[in-house]
Amino acid sequence: MKVSLARRLAAGVVVGDGGWGTMLAERGLPAGAPPELWTLQRPEILAEIARAYVDAGAELITTNTFGASPMRLSLHRLGDRFEEINRRGVEIVRAAVGDEVLVSASIGPTGRLLAPLGNADPAEVSRGFAEQARILVAAGADVLCIETMTDLEEATLAVRAARSISEEIAIIASMTFDITPRGPFTVMGVSVSQAAETLASAGATLVGSNCGAGVEEMRIVAKAFVEVATVPVAIQPNAGLPRRQDGVLVYPESPDRFAAAVAAMAATGVGLVGGCCGTTPAHIAALRRRIGR
Amino acid sequence: MSSLQELSEAVQRGDAAAASGATTALVGGDIGPADILNRALLPAMAVIGERFREREIFLPDVLLAARAMKAAMAVLEPLLLRDGVAKSGVVVLGTVRGDLHDIGKNLVSVMLQGAGYDVVDLGSDVDADAFIDAALDADAAVIGMSALLTTTMTEMAAVVRRIEERGLHDRLRTIVGGAPLSEAFAREIGADGFAPDATAAVERIRELVRR
Ligand code: B12
Ligand SMILES: [Zn+2]
Repeated sequence: MKVSLARRLAAGVVVGDGGWGTMLAERGLPAGAPPELWTLQRPEILAEIARAYVDAGAELITTNTFGASPMRLSLHRLGDRFEEINRRGVEIVRAAVGDEVLVSASIGPTGRLLAPLGNADPAEVSRGFAEQARILVAAGADVLCIETMTDLEEATLAVRAARSISEEIAIIASMTFDITPRGPFTVMGVSVSQAAETLASAGATLVGSNCGAGVEEMRIVAKAFVEVATVPVAIQPNAGLPRRQDGVLVYPESPDRFAAAVAAMAATGVGLVGGCCGTTPAHIAALRRRIGR
Repeated sequence: MSSLQELSEAVQRGDAAAASGATTALVGGDIGPADILNRALLPAMAVIGERFREREIFLPDVLLAARAMKAAMAVLEPLLLRDGVAKSGVVVLGTVRGDLHDIGKNLVSVMLQGAGYDVVDLGSDVDADAFIDAALDADAAVIGMSALLTTTMTEMAAVVRRIEERGLHDRLRTIVGGAPLSEAFAREIGADGFAPDATAAVERIRELVRR
């Protein structure tokens, strides 16, 4: 029997999965190619990564749909595969992990600035998110994960659009922060308290942060969220910022150091923990060992 | 009576109408257009660049200031041309192949235009030969490349190599930037320059053009 995210959160800390983009790059996704291409071309690799994360102890697995909003896909001339990429994105993970693991469907930013600052029409952006959410939910996603947002208006449009598709689905709304001398702000100038309050009232059932510079910085962000959030907090840091070493990318945080830092955040009241860029099944396995079942 | 101070403040506030109005009022007085540029607009954008670097202000503030700067330049530009104030040069800018991050590159473009450069902006996901062909077409002395991904940084090396292959290095200088880059990386790939932010980019490009 599948246990919902809300029930799991009520019972204790939930462990999610780690990075996907970096795992795909490691397996040969060409630089600059959209990860969604492999939903169409290499589904067996996606299934293998999903299973590796479940074996590591993740109870929630993210889909390969981060860049699958209509605007992002059309940049890569994949606009005509929009429905298929989102539907298959969910189906591949579901088939790989079975019914007891939660499938968390990723929704990333459009990559465009909203008018009047930029030229993206908010109504069109909102329609795009709603269309994407509709396909993801229909394909059987348990959770919608709106992530790596920096603009609160865009994040809010996404949460509202997702909520308009399903009244009961769990929605994670997660933004990316820089640490400034005045505390964490996104590059667009959004504070943690603004994010926590606005996104929860738009309909998010979890708020929090993913990506960013690394675990040290994320500790500050997590603390700020736990202090102000009225809903459970989701925290998924990077394994630090990558360096190039002899032509290959190296993320500085080892599984052990990552796990120690993230488990410490969980102990302060974070509800859902996982990893973003540069984290691997080894990072999630180490985290699971620290958190226990 | 409008002052340089008022103009500078209008730009920093991101008030395009006020910036344009203050510029129009000033050009009727006895301060020359070059002085208006050098004593009000450029310092205003330098302050904006610095405050953004310290995250006292954020991306929306920078973009609004850039817009106000453009509004002022629209008034000033014909007068600068009339006075024969020399253009600083032409720079081709773009984000390298495979990379869609263009916000930082756009800021560099704004600051360069503010400093009197003509910028040919190729957008993002730009191919090596497209950089070079555009530079030859526009008779540019400098190619500026941006990359935000550790996976696309290597594309910059490909552009530098391509310039060598086409025997154009005595004509075309390269400068690279983007959050994951460093001076050391720029040197490693044989680029002629690197800058950590848009203000420094203008200075480095000025040096490259002079050489
Ligand atoms: C906004 C953003 C996006 C937007 C981009 C929107 C756009 N139109 O640009 C979207 C959502 C599309 C996006 C997508 C992705 N992103 Co992104 N993104 C960011 C984010 C949050 C901000 C970047 C930014 O605009 N900064 C503000 C500008 C002003 O700073 P800047 O670019 O550094 O520019 C300054 C200087 O570097 C310099 N400069 C810049 N260019 C140049 C050029 C020259 C010639 C010179 C001299 C100087 C110079 O001057 C600028 C002004 O001072 C960063 C995280 C962060 N906080 O940095 C991640 C980040 C860059 N993204 C990242 C990743 C991994 C991705 C994705 C791969 C995610 C995915 N899994 O799909 C995709 C890749 C898409 C692609 N193919 O490009 C990683 C990169 C990790 C790495 N180093 O490899 C980052 C660092 C996040 C992280 N912490 O992991 N992203
Ligand atoms: Zn990430």
